[in-house]
Amino acid sequence: MELKILYFARLREALAVREEQVEVAASVSTIADLRAWLSARGGVWAHEFAPERQLRVAMQQQVVDADTCLVAGAELAFFPPVTGG
Amino acid sequence: MIVVKVQTDDFDLSAEIAQLRHSNGAVGAVVSFVGVVRDLNDGAAVSAMSLEHYPGMTEQSITTIVEQAQARWSIFDALVIHRVGDLLPLDQIVLVAVTSAHRGEAFQACEFIMDYLKTQAPFWKKEQTPTGARWVDARVTDDSAASRWTQACVENNSTIDD
Repeated sequence: MELKILYFARLREALAVREEQVEVAASVSTIADLRAWLSARGGVWAHEFAPERQLRVAMQQQVVDADTCLVAGAELAFFPPVTGG
Repeated sequence: MIVVKVQTDDFDLSAEIAQLRHSNGAVGAVVSFVGVVRDLNDGAAVSAMSLEHYPGMTEQSITTIVEQAQARWSIFDALVIHRVGDLLPLDQIVLVAVTSAHRGEAFQACEFIMDYLKTQAPFWKKEQTPTGARWVDARVTDDSAASRWTQACVENNSTIDD
């Protein structure tokens, strides 16, 4: 399954990636699976996607939970808790 | 009508409100909130700030928040302007303005929109301080400000006459 992933704010800086296209195996089916898959890249990825790190996730620009199923071709976004206003 | 603008430019409160209530004789109340950049945060002097956002999702999430306010209170129109990019202390960051027939509805809707915007709209602040740049951490007090609207939904149905 192909996905587009965006990263914002502190996360974008730490990973030094703004956006990427990824191809994941069928076993990666939920948001939680994708987070674990990104964490498995090791190094700064393991650090930033560690379970204790507070991250929000959006799919198709809607905030989603860890158990939400991934949709092929979707735009995902990972970001820290928001601080606008 | 719901108007949401995400822009680098400053805004003129008087001009925006004049436009919002333009020739609507049913409007009896306009409530607005303007957020500005402070020169001190979490004990450090702030010399500048930059605001990042998620284009597309930002506008959509604010529109959803305003729709929730419209479903909950009897309001006419709402305007949200949020600036992005580089800002300095004293600069205006955000404007929320709501019109209604009576003040009670507009006060509550304006505060609700602002509380939800702070916890749900995808904006991130980065501050310049004497010890370097730092990303602002989300505040627990903002989460509790937003969560009180889910606890108080029954009491807030009373109306206040102007």
